[in-house]
Amino acid sequence: MGRFMNTRTLPLLATVVVFVLIYAVCAVQYPAMLGLRVIGNLLTDNAFLGILAVGMTVVVVAGGIDLSVGAVMGLTTVALARLIEGAGLPPALAFALVLTGGALFGAGIGAAIHVLKAPAFIVTLTAMFLARGCALLISTDSIPIHDAGYDALAGAALALPGGGRLTLVAGIMLLTFLAGGVLLHGTRFGARVFALGGNAHFAQLMGIDTRSTTILVHAFCSLMAALAGIVFSLYTRSGYALTGTGVELDAIAAVVIGGTLLTGGVGGVAGSFIGVLIQGLILTWITFDGTLSSWWTKIAIGALLFAFIAVQRLILVASARYGRSGAGPAAPSPSTRSRPSPSAAAPSAP
Amino acid sequence: MAIPDNRVVVAARGLTRQYPGVKALDGVDLTLRAGEIHALLGENGAGKSTLINLLTGAQRRDGGTITVDGVEIDPDGPGGAVRAGIAAVYQEITLLPNLSVAQNLYLGREPTRWGLVHRARMNREGGALLRRFGLNIDASRPLSDFSTAVQQLIAIARAVDLSAKVLILDEPTASLDTAEVQTLFTLLRSLRDQGLAIVFVTHFLDQVYALTDRITVLRNGRLVGERLTADLPRLELVAMMLGKAPTAESHLSRRPASARPAGAPLVRAEGLGRRRLVGAFDAELRSGAVLGAAGLLGSGRTETALLLFGVETADEGQLVVDGKPVTLRSPRDAIRLGFGFCPEDRKLDGIVAGLSIRENIVLALQAKRGWWRRLSTAQQHELADRYIKLLDIRTPDAEKPIQLLSGGNQQKALLARWLATAPRLLILDEPTRGIDVGAHAEIVRLLEDLRDRGMALYVISSEIEEVAAYSDQVLVMRDRAPAGLLEGEAITPAAIVNAIAADHHGRGAA
Repeated sequence: MGRFMNTRTLPLLATVVVFVLIYAVCAVQYPAMLGLRVIGNLLTDNAFLGILAVGMTVVVVAGGIDLSVGAVMGLTTVALARLIEGAGLPPALAFALVLTGGALFGAGIGAAIHVLKAPAFIVTLTAMFLARGCALLISTDSIPIHDAGYDALAGAALALPGGGRLTLVAGIMLLTFLAGGVLLHGTRFGARVFALGGNAHFAQLMGIDTRSTTILVHAFCSLMAALAGIVFSLYTRSGYALTGTGVELDAIAAVVIGGTLLTGGVGGVAGSFIGVLIQGLILTWITFDGTLSSWWTKIAIGALLFAFIAVQRLILVASARYGRSGAGPAAPSPSTRSRPSPSAAAPSAP
Repeated sequence: MAIPDNRVVVAARGLTRQYPGVKALDGVDLTLRAGEIHALLGENGAGKSTLINLLTGAQRRDGGTITVDGVEIDPDGPGGAVRAGIAAVYQEITLLPNLSVAQNLYLGREPTRWGLVHRARMNREGGALLRRFGLNIDASRPLSDFSTAVQQLIAIARAVDLSAKVLILDEPTASLDTAEVQTLFTLLRSLRDQGLAIVFVTHFLDQVYALTDRITVLRNGRLVGERLTADLPRLELVAMMLGKAPTAESHLSRRPASARPAGAPLVRAEGLGRRRLVGAFDAELRSGAVLGAAGLLGSGRTETALLLFGVETADEGQLVVDGKPVTLRSPRDAIRLGFGFCPEDRKLDGIVAGLSIRENIVLALQAKRGWWRRLSTAQQHELADRYIKLLDIRTPDAEKPIQLLSGGNQQKALLARWLATAPRLLILDEPTRGIDVGAHAEIVRLLEDLRDRGMALYVISSEIEEVAAYSDQVLVMRDRAPAGLLEGEAITPAAIVNAIAADHHGRGAA
């Protein structure tokens, strides 16, 4: 026990244990899955999901949620294809444009959430329809990208021993996780994100600017969604408006499996990384099996997700029962019964 | 100790804050001096919270000025007030349990190295900071590992480290035990001696006299006065808070108790109490008699009602109803015995704002009958109309949403709710709070009427003259324990104020 086993690290530990177990089962059954080739493919195939999960982790730690990331990703791919194929822009410029656009879109989401005091769920649902609609307006067809530089980028890879390849997109994903980890756990901004997710009102009382934090958090998440769109278009060398339908839920699943609490304030990107790998691993195992429908992946993820939510709940209940009660509000002392909290004090006339 | 010409740090002049229909704060002055602990006192609704909110920037003022060291400030948020040197610590710990102690201490101003938070240095400096506040703990541990008392000290350390001019403590001792209070006081005295101006809000008068140098009293949004603690006798302080001159004659006529026959004992509380809620008290409630309860805010007066109505379960003593011992586990048990309870905060615990007057009135009777024996609409109308007429509730009809009524009429509708259940004992907590003076007299007349028709009444009120006028007995509460029981001719406003003001050693205040 001690500081490495508390309510914060236990869900993450559980995730790691599950990952190791699944990997062990895979390795025993199909030794080929141990090879770097399979691992390289695993990273490449799930690169877009990993990048989405980084953004989603930051939003969820801040106490929010973002349902629009899949749609933003789809919009990004089709916008990229149109900019490169239609307008003839060099890929680098197109990348810069879609990344800027993504960040601004997210900033708009954050501003709407803060100003309207609306739940993130509703605002990002709106944003999801908006982004998907815009993508379909640009084109309902898949647009292939024929740019030579694009092909070079898509094919770029680092050879790994054993015939494996660490592709550029996998590398981008790994770097994103690294950057996300530093941002969330190493910077003042990260501390603000945790504070906001812990208790937005208290964070405000402690002098945190909740408006700018909310805006930046969502800008970052949508920026990651745009980056995921770039990675996905490199992966498929095309743009298609319906890309990424439903992946926001895969990303949320990865975040929750990774031990980040949906209530905010607790979590991190390392867990989300493993959450993504677990999803990829299950899919790979089903592919190796060959007889099972790939839809079993969804069933397995659903079961896992349920198990993790139950485990998190149990941990919370257990820590509330056996842990020190200091965290909660003071015992309901009689004099405080009708006494408003600092926030509630404002509108109540004497 | 305090000398009258200590340097003035904060001068607030003519502070005003308007809510729709009511002035929460009306031209209040507050002067805070370096090296002094300043008590801010007043009953519920006096304007303490509003004044603190204006100082900390949680609310904007509608009028008046605040200067800190001679410079006018107009904080529009906690950030602005903190920059001006004013920080507040609330009874409810407003720190973040999901962060470490050090992260809480340095949130928003973490030490950095190469653009990244320097955790090791933050933990080291956090630990050193806390040691200066008498806490020897590992600052890297999560805040939630520590008790409320320790979290409070951490909150104070953070506030003082942020802005070392003015520290506002809003009821800091409410959830601390005696030893923890002493630790806090030791710390506050040393902070005072370092030149900090401290505002201390509490309703424990003993603590006011043990700790503070100066007192400002507010009542109904107005300044009553600012005095040196050493020069203000306890009796006079209570009189300031309650707005009654201790020697004033009551303007309400008092009927001699002997003129009424003593009713049969209905409910007897024998040493009833609950740990951490209220100390053991005795009370006897008789049909056709009024037991009044007096005391300051937080004295335990409301808590006695909570025990009598089963909102809280007593863990000591005995409740005897009709000569038989009973245990109340919930308000349902109390309702079954024929008790009714009009709580203190109508908006919070009483009225269902969106429902009509009729629906509010039939609520308790319907609950008593059980939901499967529904009162017919005709019965409901008959009931509502009868009580609207009986209690003279001013409304065009019974279907008006209750929230549109005035405070006095809401209170009558609540009374009607319980009268409809034909209770044998009616408990009323502050029945005349927040209603205008004319309605006061009406409510009082109603209570006397109910008493004369044989109901047992338990009335908790901070309107001392009213309590003195209609009560057959008065239970005086202080510091969550009974402080005396006045009977018959001994019941005078002055005697009640005296009993409230007496200190722990039983001496009446000089």
